[in-house]
Amino acid sequence: MTATVTEPVVAPRLSKKFRLQWEDAQHAWVLLYPEGMVKLNQSAGEILSRCNGERTLTELVADLEQTFDTTGLQADVVAFLRMARQQLWIEY
Amino acid sequence: MNDTTSLLLQPAAQVGPPLWLLAELTYRCPLHCVFCYNPVDFAHHPDELSTEDWLRVLREARAAGSVQCGFSGGEPLLRDDLEILVAEAHRLGFYTNLLTSGVGLTEDRAAALKAAGLDHIQLSFQDSTRELNDFLSHTRTFELKQKVAAIIKANGWPMVMNCVVHRLNIDYIDRIIDMAVALDAEYLELANSQYYSWALLNRDQLLPSREQIERAERITNERRAQYGERIRIFFVVPDYYENRPKKCMNGWGNVFLTVTPDGTALPCHTAGMLPGLSFPNVRDMDVKAIWYDSEGFNRYRGDAWMKDSCRSCPDKEKDLGGCRCQAFMLTGDPAAADPVCDKSPHRHVVTAAVDRAQGQLPAVHEAPLVFRSPEESRRRRAITASVR
Repeated sequence: MTATVTEPVVAPRLSKKFRLQWEDAQHAWVLLYPEGMVKLNQSAGEILSRCNGERTLTELVADLEQTFDTTGLQADVVAFLRMARQQLWIEY
Repeated sequence: MNDTTSLLLQPAAQVGPPLWLLAELTYRCPLHCVFCYNPVDFAHHPDELSTEDWLRVLREARAAGSVQCGFSGGEPLLRDDLEILVAEAHRLGFYTNLLTSGVGLTEDRAAALKAAGLDHIQLSFQDSTRELNDFLSHTRTFELKQKVAAIIKANGWPMVMNCVVHRLNIDYIDRIIDMAVALDAEYLELANSQYYSWALLNRDQLLPSREQIERAERITNERRAQYGERIRIFFVVPDYYENRPKKCMNGWGNVFLTVTPDGTALPCHTAGMLPGLSFPNVRDMDVKAIWYDSEGFNRYRGDAWMKDSCRSCPDKEKDLGGCRCQAFMLTGDPAAADPVCDKSPHRHVVTAAVDRAQGQLPAVHEAPLVFRSPEESRRRRAITASVR
């Protein structure tokens, strides 16, 4: 299951066990869960906040590359999504 | 304020926001747990903040950057304005947690809390000797937990089960884990009792032996392998069995802000016991000022307060000298190293308690268990003198 999250046609979404929210006080996206919080760095926040269950991996990467006017993000996004799946942050 | 004072009150560099707000709504509780961490003199503090006071605290804390909010007690369900407070916390963007024994969580109340936006419920085992027997015989306690757990799941809440582990129940840890799985809990906290407040009074009866702890850890690991992703199990070893102290509250005034029923703001729920330190009340001071500017919250921030032995220690960043309350309770000096540390000149106090725990339980007529109750609370005040 862990490997297939990174197939191009898969559209990952945030797990219902977590809530993603922007926190002004921390200038960061955070993941909230029972009695806990993960503060995300900028790239993690940008990726996770785009995991809406509709964007496929290919579209997600294209969106990020367009937003930040760059290319070659695919490998980083894949690596992050693998980790996020292991942490049970995302489903698909 | 003279220059020396203002230097002393300088907050540590880059103090972050009070991310965790623990709202202890009341000390009232239908239970009589022998390990309760509410202060032993709780009956002398019957005053409770009003609904309006709590609403203001929630707004101020959120403005200061708090994001996790725990409603606790005592039993928070005894406040009939709980739904109002949860609704406001939810509206403000808090992740809202209810820490409850489940006593009083009816279907109606659960529905109202769901509508208010409650995110999560932590259900604790209410555990005393009699209830332990109930639990072990799978009668009353099991039925209550089953009913409450079903209500929690029916509302779609994630559920953390919390069980305070001690000498009298640790040998049944397999049954506790199996019950949590049967009740469909996502998380199980097997939290060994920490020896503060009522648990300190009962320490000799509650501290497990080394053999008991090792067996419980082994069984916990076996169950983890067996159940896999179905449940996440946390096992917290009693710090008396460690050689280095815990980084208490993840650092004094670093993450946690507790507001007690009468409005006293504390860096942890037991810090009120510390001598020579005044803590502000939310009735008199804004949460932001409490967090960043008050003497109570700045006193043990960072490492400037440490004695030389701690300040020169290579591990000081790891544990920040341990717990100030434990240092005070066991050595009389809140600025001493936590005597759990094997570099502490007071470590022998912890070692003596651990040594006693390897033997037989003291006979009940020599040392009866002290149950938390308002009557018992009124009979006792400071406990530190008797246990040192």
